[in-house]
This record gives sequence, C-alpha cells and structure tokens, in this order.
Amino acid sequence: MDAPQVMQASALNATNGAPLWLLAELTYRCPLHCVFCYNPVDFALTERELATDDWIRVLREARALGSVQCGFSGGEPLVREDLEVLVAEAHRLGYYTNLLTSGVGLTEQRAARLKQAGLDHIQLSFQDSTREMNDFLSHTKTFELKQRVARIIKANGWPMVMNVVIHRMNVDCIDKIIEMAVELQAEYLELANTQYYSWAQVNREQLLPSREQLQRAERVTNEYRARLGDRIRMFFVVPDYYENRPKKCMNGWGNVFLTITPDGTALPCHTAKMLPGLTFPNVRDADVRSIWYESEGFNRFRGTGWMKEPCRSCPEQQKDLGGCRCQAYMLTGDAANADPVCDKSPLHGVITEAVEKAQRPQREGNVHPLVFRDPMQSRRLSDPALAGRRAAVEHEPP
Amino acid sequence: MIAPVSTEQTLQAKPRVGSRFRLQWEPAQQSWVLLFPEGMVKLNGPAGEIMKRCDGASSVAQIVADLESSFGAQGLQGDVLAFLDLARGKHWIED
Repeated sequence: MDAPQVMQASALNATNGAPLWLLAELTYRCPLHCVFCYNPVDFALTERELATDDWIRVLREARALGSVQCGFSGGEPLVREDLEVLVAEAHRLGYYTNLLTSGVGLTEQRAARLKQAGLDHIQLSFQDSTREMNDFLSHTKTFELKQRVARIIKANGWPMVMNVVIHRMNVDCIDKIIEMAVELQAEYLELANTQYYSWAQVNREQLLPSREQLQRAERVTNEYRARLGDRIRMFFVVPDYYENRPKKCMNGWGNVFLTITPDGTALPCHTAKMLPGLTFPNVRDADVRSIWYESEGFNRFRGTGWMKEPCRSCPEQQKDLGGCRCQAYMLTGDAANADPVCDKSPLHGVITEAVEKAQRPQREGNVHPLVFRDPMQSRRLSDPALAGRRAAVEHEPP
Repeated sequence: MIAPVSTEQTLQAKPRVGSRFRLQWEPAQQSWVLLFPEGMVKLNGPAGEIMKRCDGASSVAQIVADLESSFGAQGLQGDVLAFLDLARGKHWIED
C-alpha cells in the first residue's frame, strides 16, 4: 500500500475535465439592487426562464457527466417557487447542494422545506447599496435581517459561508465585517474583493479601493486570523487589478465550471455571454454532454491553441492560461489577447491607469454617480445607441 | 502546550468523518471525495480506503487490521496514523 496522499481539487482538474461544478442561475429576478452585481448588464432582456422540468433534466444530465457541486444562484434563487423541488432532485442525484442567497425570503417555513429537501449548505451574502450599507454599518435593519437568517441557518444545522463583496466604500470596515461574521457563527467568511465585470465594471471607478486601503484590510484580516484560529476560516482574495499576473480564470475555460443561465444558455463562466462572435448552446436545444464536449463556445478557449503573443511563447502559460477572456475583451477589445492584468501584456497600461486613478481621493462631483442594478437601468444600458457612449465615458480622462 | 498523546490512546480512538464534510464515492472520478461548502477534495486510493472506514464505531487499531487483511499487507500502522494526523489537522475526521 502506498503512503496515503491527497490531491486537492485544483490539482486534478487539469486531467479530469468534467464539469464538476454546476452553477444553476435560476432567475435574474432579485429584490436587491447591488452596484457590483455580476449578472449581465442586459439581464432585463431575458424573458423566458427555464421551467422546472428543464432544470431537472439539466441536473440529471450534468450529474451523469460527473458534476458533483451544485450551486443554486440567481438573482435571488428563493424567488423561484420550485427551488425546493430542484434541491430535492439534486440531493437525490448525489450532488452537494449549495444555496447562494441574500437571505431575503428565507423564512423558517422555507428553511424547513429546504432542509427536508436535503440542502447541504447556505452561502449568505450581504446585499449592498449605499443606504443598506449604512444600515449595516450602524447595525440597524440589514443587521437584523442577517441575524434572523443566520439564526435560521444555524438552527437547521447548515454550515454557513458568509460572503461579503469588498470595495472602496466598505473595505475600511473590514474589522466590523469580521466581527459580525463571528457573532453570527459563520464557519467560513469570504471577503470577496469586487471583480470588475457587469455592474461592477460600470461602477468600477467608485468601487476600486486604493492600495493603502487594501493593504490595511489584509493586515487587519491577518490579525483576526491569528486571533480566531480555527473558529472561522477567512478567505481574502486580492483584486486582480493589484496583481501583475492574471488569475487562472474559472480554473480553465470549459474545464470545471458549467453555468446555466435563467433562459437555459450554457456558459463556461457566468459572464462569457458578453464575448462577441461566439455562440453558446442552450439546454432547450442540446443535451449537456454535447454542450460540454462538442459545442464551439465551450471549445473556443480550451487549452492553449487559441493564444496570441505574449501568451503563446510564455513559460507561464499553463499557470494562468492567459487569464480571463472576458477581462481581455472588455479592456482590450479582443478576447484572445492576454488578460491585461498581466504586466507582460502590451496593454497592461489600462490596468495601471485605473489603479493610479484609485489612489486619488474621491469627492462628490469628480466621480460618476453609482448605477444601481435594476431592470430600468438594465434596459437603458442595453440600448445599442447608448452602449458607445458608455464606452466613451469609461475611458474619459480624469 | 498540547499534552502528548500516546500511540495506545490513538489506536483506541474511533474517528468519524468531520461534521463539515461529506464523504462520497464518485463513479465518474472513480474515487472517494470529500465534499464541503463549494469545494471538493479528491482522495487517492489509500486515503479513500482509510476514510471510508472512519465510521465512528471502528477503532484505529481495527481500521489498521481491516486494511491489512483487505489488502494482504503488513505494517500499515505508521502510514495510517500519519494520514489520520493529517486528516485530523484538516478537520476531515473527528474523534
């Protein structure tokens, strides 16, 4: 018998290649208006959500391919009245089931039904808008809601991951955030620095923290880690704008993650739909196996064959696979370019420029007002006549 | 300081899978995996064989004996104890 060894999931993914992670975005409907929402800016154009039977078929087909982690997300997944039915089916199939929720709508009755359906875990996220953030910081309304929901989660014996999106306006309160997570008895705390896609990209200027803010937040987090030990596991991920190498986005294109959007579009990540010239299959027209292995969209950026310089000859190409295709497209105009976070990219200047700008103090009047995620703004921002103007605004000199 | 634990005590312990984890056989991966919120650890063959015997009823001594008879091997105690130490440190098992 060999000495027992373990392999972390990250190490096996390169050879496995099955869609181990299925993210079921059940709906874009959401009672909240978060300024960093990762749902597509044009979410309001989605009309027809998948029916219960469609989702059940997707769950079965993906499980047969080897999917084992299933996230029910949104929007706010609790808006779907068939959530319990879907969780029960996923549980029956052997998935580890995760509910990613803001907690709005998680009553005791609903929690009991989800428990009975076999739900394994709840990730409770903090909604965030200026007023609500103030509520949170002053421990008023939001705090009461979260306390109530956290109590419900604990009473049902679920492990709780608390997810707080970190940005320029709340990063200085990281100590309060950690203390709240401890008080609510979360087992895990994700201090998720904003990723600049979708709504967060629209609001990037107001959300990107300064270097000094980040360094302080990381220091404070480490102090709490040392003090709290095993009581809570904290994840603090530095926003990639402050790195000089890109992230290995989604652990490789079409390698581990499969996202199904509310209308049934299958994507290698939840923002890939923005990429022009690529078509992604829909589960209404094709089965998950052919989608994952055969579709043009899922094969387009697999491996390294698609790479251009500097990635093509880069000795680190396997480490990060050229970074994020969406970020490359958003910031350089070509999805096959190196992610400009990489300082080997000739277009790395777009990142350093944004970072430089983030070091300056912001006053009312010298930044654009925050754009809140709501259907009206979504329709406005999806208007092609306005899209060009938006791009121009984003690149406007200070 | 943590009091040293004798090998004798360790062998009498009855480990079970940690409350934050679920152990499961995955046909698609042909391996045992540990599942936890939004994550997975894939166990190699020997690690899976040990973990699946951590049922809270069998002692470490029994687990070692069972492995030795199942695999027709001798002297596995050291490997098993080393793995259980690692697994305990990661909360994969509880005693």
